[in-house]
Amino acid sequence: MSDFAEKLKAWQAKVDKLAAKHPERKPQFTTISGLPVDRLYLPENPGEDYAAKLGLPGEHPFTRGVQPTMYRGRFWTMRQYAGFASAAESNRRYRYLLEQGQTGLSVAFDLPTQIGYDADHDMARGEVGKVGVSISSLADMEILFDQIPLDKVSTSMTINAPAGILLAMYIAVAEKQGVKPEQLRGTIQNDILKEYSSRGTYIFPPKPSMRIITNIFAYCASDVPQWNTISISGYHIREAGSSAVQEVAFTLANGLAYVKAAVEAGLDVDAFGPRLSFFFNAHLDFLEEVAKYRAARRLWARLMQERFGAKDPKSLMVRFHTQTAGCSLTAQQPSNNIVRVAFQAMSAVLGGTQSLHTNSMDEALSLPTTEAVTIALRTQQLIAYETGVGDTIDPLAGSYYVEHLTDEIERQAEEYIKKIDELGGAPEAIERGFVQREIQQSAYDYQKAVETGSRVVIGMNKFITKEPFTGKLLRVDPQVREDQAAALAKLRAGRNQAAVDQGLAALKAAAQADGNLMPHFLTCVRAYATLGEICDTLRGVFGEYRAPSTI
Amino acid sequence: MRKIRVLAAKPGLDGHDRGIKVIAAALRDAGMEVIYTGLRQTPEQIVAAAEQEDVDVIALSVLSGAHDYLFPKVMELMRAKALDDVLVIGGGIIPEEDIPGLKSVGIAEVFGPGTATTAIVDYITANLKRQV
Repeated sequence: MSDFAEKLKAWQAKVDKLAAKHPERKPQFTTISGLPVDRLYLPENPGEDYAAKLGLPGEHPFTRGVQPTMYRGRFWTMRQYAGFASAAESNRRYRYLLEQGQTGLSVAFDLPTQIGYDADHDMARGEVGKVGVSISSLADMEILFDQIPLDKVSTSMTINAPAGILLAMYIAVAEKQGVKPEQLRGTIQNDILKEYSSRGTYIFPPKPSMRIITNIFAYCASDVPQWNTISISGYHIREAGSSAVQEVAFTLANGLAYVKAAVEAGLDVDAFGPRLSFFFNAHLDFLEEVAKYRAARRLWARLMQERFGAKDPKSLMVRFHTQTAGCSLTAQQPSNNIVRVAFQAMSAVLGGTQSLHTNSMDEALSLPTTEAVTIALRTQQLIAYETGVGDTIDPLAGSYYVEHLTDEIERQAEEYIKKIDELGGAPEAIERGFVQREIQQSAYDYQKAVETGSRVVIGMNKFITKEPFTGKLLRVDPQVREDQAAALAKLRAGRNQAAVDQGLAALKAAAQADGNLMPHFLTCVRAYATLGEICDTLRGVFGEYRAPSTI
Repeated sequence: MRKIRVLAAKPGLDGHDRGIKVIAAALRDAGMEVIYTGLRQTPEQIVAAAEQEDVDVIALSVLSGAHDYLFPKVMELMRAKALDDVLVIGGGIIPEEDIPGLKSVGIAEVFGPGTATTAIVDYITANLKRQV
């Protein structure tokens, strides 16, 4: 028997055992016309080349997906990014989404929260509750997750610079529900490098930021073992204007920097490697996107082996969330966005995503309304339950074109990573402005292509009609800031101030030394120290990041 | 004729700078001099920069929804400093129904998603308040 035939036999046995324990969605899968659908399709005589480049689902090099049964076992997690105004209002939206069949939560925080300012800070004027929910202390977090059982849902939080503090609040809320940290499932974005290059919600300089991230890796490995400690994000790199190749390259280069920092801090790569997760964009070029996810999986598996000697298969896997491309949506003829989102979501599913956010049709106009969010969620449900694309694994494998694109994206992304290596790694490449300039150039090229008409955008530069948007828009009441400020004043007056002062003093001492900051975050949030107070303490020790000028 | 001087500015906490950077590059290619403030500028910092750099135009960009506070605040400070001859324009994710209010406080024009950079170049050139 050839090597591959033996591998296939072992894989088959493994999958049969797994399917016996966790049955697939259906005992038998058929097309709409009744033709049987197998779990996996292979070339007629798979040889060494096939084994090396594509392999089997759930096995190295993971090109065909990270799970052995993929969506035959269960569909991806349908996770709509949501949050606005007050914690109470966001809590209502979450419970609505869960009732509508959403399977995980994804918390959007407002900008003051993301940048570590309390709602009553002067820099927060105009921004409170606008792009997400305002969280200034544990008291807000308790309201946000009221009546949501944290042992049952998984929660993703888009929080970076203060990620450890928000995670500490989540752990503290769980404790009050009687849920232990080891039961918690979810993700913090915690990816500071792409904040410097693409998204902008940084607080501290790179060095202390990398240290906090490493602290979180270490703390979660022992205390919150099911938590995804980072979501290494290409999404925002793409939104900032990068190409698909740059998205893969800059994301994986950032990933390598985090792994390197953690290994240098003395952590075992296989202790934290399995909890790394990724986040990609689903843009318009359908087949390029499918190939992109496949290429990212194969390349990361190789880099983790070659550079860090990772052995645990889970350390080699790119498990990823996908969001459809906000930047591709148009304010003109906004209903067309429903169709754009559907194609983009389909590419993510054909590329093997683990979870998915589908954008709402009105996002080029304002925050999404409940109606628009519901259509977006239904779009994913349609793909899952009606189209049949999840019934066989990696259905586009073997397409000459898709395999060519997969190879090409992998090759070009690796070339970029080598260039970043030569600059000293991702943090250095970002501090020098290299990554930012590459992205800016791509964004400008894209804009010029749209303006000359060589790239068609329906409703914008072709098939233009003048239809005013007649739908409703979601508005955030400016009163939210006043209410939040009043609540904060009350909180500060009613808490045990000595406990707060003691917690912050201990945090300061730990930040000046080199201990793990996570236990201090927990002590501070439990005493109802505010996010702003905790971040100000750290600002006092670490200083603030100043971005280089790149234009 | 001297070059038109533009301050491209990001007030507030919003980190979406793709649009403003693309516009900065396009204005520069159209022969203007562009000073970019970078992220997280307070209205006070923006107005001070405009005065110090002696610009003809301020281009404000906000995609976070905070334009309703930040744009009027910038205009209030501009008036306080009597910088009446500076053309101030805005852009970002700004609902149609907010535009009349912004214009009433002195934002000359608001450009939404999908605007061609050439349209912004033409607008600036045609509507400058100062002689160049």
